[in-house]
Amino acid sequence: MPADIAFERIYVELYQQVLQYLMTGVTVGSIYAIIALGFVVIYNVTGIINFAQGEFVMLGAMIMVSLYKNQVPMVAAFVIAVLLTTIIGAALERLAIRPAKGASIVTLIIITIGASITIRGLGLITWGPNTSSLPAFSGDAPLVIGTASIVPQTLWVLVTTAILLIALYLFFERTLLGKAMRACAINMSAARLMGISPSVMAMVSFALSASLGAVGGVVMAPTTLATYDMGTMLALKGFVAAIIGGMSSTPGAVAGGLLVGVLESMGAGLISSGYKDAIAFVVLFLVLFVRPNGIFGGRDTSKGGL
Amino acid sequence: MLELVNVSTYYGRIQALKGVSLRVDDGEIVALIGANGAGKTTLLNTICGMLPARAGDVTFAGQRITHLPPERIVRLGISHVPERRQVFGELSVLDNMILGAYHRFGKESKAAIDGDIETVFEIFPILKERRKQAAGTLSGGQQQMLAVGRGLMSRPKLLLLDEPSLGLAPLVSKEIMRVVAELRSRGTTVLLIEQNARAALRIADRGYLIETGKIVLEGTAHDLAADPKVQSAYLGQGYHHS
Repeated sequence: MPADIAFERIYVELYQQVLQYLMTGVTVGSIYAIIALGFVVIYNVTGIINFAQGEFVMLGAMIMVSLYKNQVPMVAAFVIAVLLTTIIGAALERLAIRPAKGASIVTLIIITIGASITIRGLGLITWGPNTSSLPAFSGDAPLVIGTASIVPQTLWVLVTTAILLIALYLFFERTLLGKAMRACAINMSAARLMGISPSVMAMVSFALSASLGAVGGVVMAPTTLATYDMGTMLALKGFVAAIIGGMSSTPGAVAGGLLVGVLESMGAGLISSGYKDAIAFVVLFLVLFVRPNGIFGGRDTSKGGL
Repeated sequence: MLELVNVSTYYGRIQALKGVSLRVDDGEIVALIGANGAGKTTLLNTICGMLPARAGDVTFAGQRITHLPPERIVRLGISHVPERRQVFGELSVLDNMILGAYHRFGKESKAAIDGDIETVFEIFPILKERRKQAAGTLSGGQQQMLAVGRGLMSRPKLLLLDEPSLGLAPLVSKEIMRVVAELRSRGTTVLLIEQNARAALRIADRGYLIETGKIVLEGTAHDLAADPKVQSAYLGQGYHHS
């Protein structure tokens, strides 16, 4: 029965391909999820949508690459890249957002767009327009799991994302600072009555988002190439993921990121790679049509327990 | 302890307080009574810094606090239990209380804060039972108890209470008032806002009557309750002060 055998071969091939796309999608999606979390953290505390979020990813990746090129050991370079980006994030709040105190949210959002363009410009001046690469953390020999093969860097991305999620959860559930940030998100004026300073919390949220972005940038750098303008598209994808997740929900951001990553990878593989970037936005439109508050949204956190 | 001199507060162009002067002495319970929209909540928001006065002065323990932000004022010892409770609904009862002591962490020992948590649990045993539950799942009365407990966690010298009996069943409301009266013996001074003038004047030492942003009457709780104007407008027919 040659027809049956031929069909079976096509089926197996397709299955293997889909599995491969799924893995790629989850990997890319993890990065989108990390970026989306950055959006959510700042949005929840300040109401600002920080369009410089992608630049944090770029800074993490580019600082890492240039340190590595200058013979700084991988682990030290990682720590420095994340710390420097965190400081830049805090400085962004201090120097660009805080002086505009009392301005409307729209004004503040436009400030973040300005900051994004500025940081990208400074990146171009510092590192030039060329792409640079970073070797994978633990070699390039692919690991074979079942019928799909994955490069070790994929595991780094997945494990890092998992660690970040656990760390974020513990931060918001167990630490005083994390609880204070949640209180701000639930009811800012009640939080102020507890002695929680909104401007300190805003700075912490920018620093936290910057460190998230930087970690994402560092682990993804070996899987793609790092350039001064890599942040733009990543920020848009992360933003789409955050909106799909309802903008204020942490699990929503993660689900949104994975969804965008997987659909993008499937679409690029099974339909055409030319549509890769369009897919995220098509998904965004569909979600906004069907569920305008996002999949995990629908609740106004500012109302809190009232 | 607290003194307001000629305080005027505005919402945009609308003047909500028109030259209010008022004082709260150490160890007192002072009731501020008045109708809905008279400016009671505005007055508390002006004291706690949420809505700073545009004219006049607010002094607390000898320090001018007129233009300090709320997060600074709570550190000086004024704790504001806001209207409609405003507990952090998604956080646990215990976390709400811990956040009440937010500004004390780092300055005081954890043992002192834990001790105060136990004290609040003694005052409101139901909170201990529900300590792991999300605050938003509590009943209205329990949320009010939590709001007061959270306010006490900052160890205030002065507690500002905004309509603690609003929307509560009579028995629960009575229980809250009993606790407020008890706070005085624990050394906390209280400025209490109430639409329920009868309940407020029963536990207060002194009182003020506010109408359209102005203090129109002041005196001991006894005198206010005996005033014919207060009786007819705020206490209802047939009220006799005991």
